[in-house]
Amino acid sequence: MRGLLRFLARNYFILLFLLLEAISIGMLVNYNNFQRAKFFNSSNSFVASIYKSYNAVTSFFYLQKTNADLAAENARLRTVLEQYKQASIPIDSLHQVVDVQDSTEHRYDFIPAKVINSSFVRQYNYITIDKGSEDGIKTDMGIIGPKGVVGIVTSVSSHYATGPTILNKRWKVSAKIKNSNYFGSLAWDGLDPQYANLNEIPFHVQMEVGDTIVTSGFSDVFPEGIPVGIIETFDHATGRNFFAIKVKLLTNFANLSYVEIVKNNHLEELEQLQQSNTNE
Amino acid sequence: MNSGIFKYIGSWVILVLIQVLLLNHIQVSGYINPYLYILFILTLPFNIPNYLLLILGFALGLNIDIFTNTLGMHSAATTFLAFIRPFVINLISGRDVLELNQFPRISELGFSWFLRYSTIMVLVHHVFLFFIEVFTFSGFFHTLLRCLLSSALTIVLILISQYMTSKQN
Repeated sequence: MRGLLRFLARNYFILLFLLLEAISIGMLVNYNNFQRAKFFNSSNSFVASIYKSYNAVTSFFYLQKTNADLAAENARLRTVLEQYKQASIPIDSLHQVVDVQDSTEHRYDFIPAKVINSSFVRQYNYITIDKGSEDGIKTDMGIIGPKGVVGIVTSVSSHYATGPTILNKRWKVSAKIKNSNYFGSLAWDGLDPQYANLNEIPFHVQMEVGDTIVTSGFSDVFPEGIPVGIIETFDHATGRNFFAIKVKLLTNFANLSYVEIVKNNHLEELEQLQQSNTNE
Repeated sequence: MNSGIFKYIGSWVILVLIQVLLLNHIQVSGYINPYLYILFILTLPFNIPNYLLLILGFALGLNIDIFTNTLGMHSAATTFLAFIRPFVINLISGRDVLELNQFPRISELGFSWFLRYSTIMVLVHHVFLFFIEVFTFSGFFHTLLRCLLSSALTIVLILISQYMTSKQN
């Protein structure tokens, strides 16, 4: 016992170092458990309020760019709306259209939010926004920007929320090639913040450089058809079963100011259904 | 003594804010991210007890981690930095340095000593941090390049900040 105490006293520096290092590595490895703990991330109200007051000053410098982005998005949406209005609806399908509109409840709501902090130069990049549980934000809601998919909410406090962006090696998006409807998973390799990789697309699929990649709608997080990126190159590598597709991301994470949170109104229903499946 | 403690608390707050609000947003093609906040560990007095050094290192890293959602990453790196600090100081300086001086600052020990000290410390911290961040040795040279470029900028920032603060004293 005495010997042990003497050993501890003599080597306390190394032992304390090993203890603290073990705690750190433990937190790093068990990341997902801690991530949901509200205190230890940037949705905690103290940290978020610092980011917010700083952002209140700096966002002025980006106002022009932000306005241009929003105007561009507005124009794009108006074009799409006109297309819908002018599209002649065949008589046969009219019933369907009317039926759909009768069940008035629309599936997705979009909640606008301001970005108060985001990063893109690290391996695990996150975004923090100024809306929280009091505004109806919950975990696992998707975040989309003026140009396309941004990220997902994983942690919510009463007034703020935070989560990984596409530029985060811990998160993947289910995405498909718009023209052919073949789907795969889009993941970032941690190298260049402008590009991500689309995996699991089999060799027989036809595609061209410049094809748009959109969300598949298979997860409950994003509606179908939200743009993600454009095919930059694709490669039929030997010894692999799938294409290696390099996708240029549409969202510029360097100057992201406003985003929208996707609220899936059918989520509870879906979850109940899937719950009953697993119970059987 | 008390004013010294307040000075260190002040420099903690300022360094953390500079780090999370300014430096983390520097954008040079996604390569460079300087980590100036370790200056706090570098400038602690020579006679600080070892246990306090380690605990401060851990707490400082944890503080940065909470801001950047990277729990465990910075705290692992800064704890390691605090651990090797006494060895680095012993390695590069004779006995007289420790007896005659209180603080590892450029104003007390001169440019050449401080440059050696901060270069070793910054390189150790950045290599540790960047490799624990990618958590793999694939793409070794890419990570190493990011690491060296960021270290160079961190060292420049540390030297500049030394000259800025030493004029006030």
